[in-house]
Amino acid sequence: MIVVREHEAMLKAYGKAGGNLRALRNKEVGNLVIHGNEVVSANEVEGIRIEIQERGAGVNIHFLVEEGAKIKYPVHLCFGVLPKEGLQEIILRVEAQADSEVTVVAHCIFPNAVDVVHKMDADIRIGDNAKFCYQETHYHGELGGVKVIPKARIRVGKKGVWQSAFTLIEGCVGMLDYDFELFGDEKSVSELLVKAFGKKEDEIDVVEKIHLDGREARGLAKSRLVLNDNAKAMVRGETYGNAPFTRGHVDCLEIVNGEGVIARAIPLVYVNDRQAKVTHEAAIGSIDNKQLRTLMARGLSEEKAIDVIVKGILR
Amino acid sequence: MLEIRSLKLTLNGKPVIDGLDFKVKEGKIHGLLGVNGTGKSTLANLIMGISYPDEGSIVFEGQDITRYAITERARMGITLAWQEPARFEGLSVGEYLSVSRDLDSTEIDNYLWVVGLPPAEYLNRAVDASLSGGERKRVELASVMAMKPKVAILDEPDSGIDVISLPHIMNGITEMSKQGSAVLLITHSQEAVTVAGELSIMCAGRVINSGPPREMCQWFKNNCSACNHIGEPSYQGA
Repeated sequence: MIVVREHEAMLKAYGKAGGNLRALRNKEVGNLVIHGNEVVSANEVEGIRIEIQERGAGVNIHFLVEEGAKIKYPVHLCFGVLPKEGLQEIILRVEAQADSEVTVVAHCIFPNAVDVVHKMDADIRIGDNAKFCYQETHYHGELGGVKVIPKARIRVGKKGVWQSAFTLIEGCVGMLDYDFELFGDEKSVSELLVKAFGKKEDEIDVVEKIHLDGREARGLAKSRLVLNDNAKAMVRGETYGNAPFTRGHVDCLEIVNGEGVIARAIPLVYVNDRQAKVTHEAAIGSIDNKQLRTLMARGLSEEKAIDVIVKGILR
Repeated sequence: MLEIRSLKLTLNGKPVIDGLDFKVKEGKIHGLLGVNGTGKSTLANLIMGISYPDEGSIVFEGQDITRYAITERARMGITLAWQEPARFEGLSVGEYLSVSRDLDSTEIDNYLWVVGLPPAEYLNRAVDASLSGGERKRVELASVMAMKPKVAILDEPDSGIDVISLPHIMNGITEMSKQGSAVLLITHSQEAVTVAGELSIMCAGRVINSGPPREMCQWFKNNCSACNHIGEPSYQGA
């Protein structure tokens, strides 16, 4: 009975947060809903195996995409803590076997958080010629009482593709400590993207590391942050060209839009092969004046123009 | 409709706009021709309210708007397309065209067709660095048209673009005039001003001559091709 109530409450919050409720109710769509450290629903589809082990302090998940499986619909994950306080610790092991293809859409919901910790420790292996797209979107309340600590180690096999996008723009971030490290094998293509909107007293720490270990591996570590009020952010984007003809890029943009904001960026590009090439661009600054004037010349107020620019950057 | 009266602006001790007068009539294309550095873009910024003059006034529909802010002027019906349009990450062409007012999809499509951009190909493209210079200028012109302004200031819409884009830009300017907007077409190209009904020649921060485009182009050729800054106060021979 408790599980049913939690399920309903999670679905309600998920729907309010913009999640696709129909997808969660559709038996053809793989899904997994976890409230706190309890699994409230799970649905496997052909080609996907989800093993779950509830622990006192967290949930272990083994997510397997079988060899050659092309998953038709995105798999929906929903993690959340609805009470004001709580700890959610997800130990995630992902295995996308060779030649598989899947898109995973995760919603993380903490609408009432005053003192909530959400930790994810992921070990992800993408097989040869497999493609894995992972989109994680957070919905937080306005109190800023969440600590989000996602850590991932990702290995991408030969000709494998990894694309991840982490978005935290609804509500207050609270504290974000994001740390993704990726190792790309021969001809792999990898992209790490983080988008965050810091407000009030939010603290954001982003580490994106890409090791291009195989010949002709490509990687992009991209981040887009907008900081208001007294928000503070540090972004470290690192790309290592360790093999011939690897191509990597670090692209960081932080928009400073508050009196007490502190924004820092440390890009690191490292090459130890003479045929490798990695580049970086990092820009920190206020809203672009030219963009602002252009929109104001179309009749938008300054506030509305800033809103349009910020939404575009964080989209 | 738009009247510039004895406008003056000095920057770093140098007069950039030096007692400039001229008028833009309702629904007409008014060309403003001058070599680089004569103050054309500065004038555009003054009319839009990006900066303010030291002396003189800008009158729009009988109202002195010299000290009005950018947004106020825009809401009265004045807009500006800059020489180097801004790029917007994450904003699609369709959204960009709709920032000034709500448009239905047919209207958006029509504006894109006017500047030769097939909607199916461009509607969802981002207004960012992925667009070429010519494409970006055509999108800018479409967005100005979409606003249906009373006066559109176009700062060198023809500069730095490819040969394919140019006729579409010129078509857009003509269409804008047909839809009832007055256009202040700022350029240093004599070819571009052929669409204008009237042409003013600008030199050293002043309008030094105005009249029919063909006549003015000839005058420009004779007097300004090897620029001797005839607009400067010391010049006596015009």
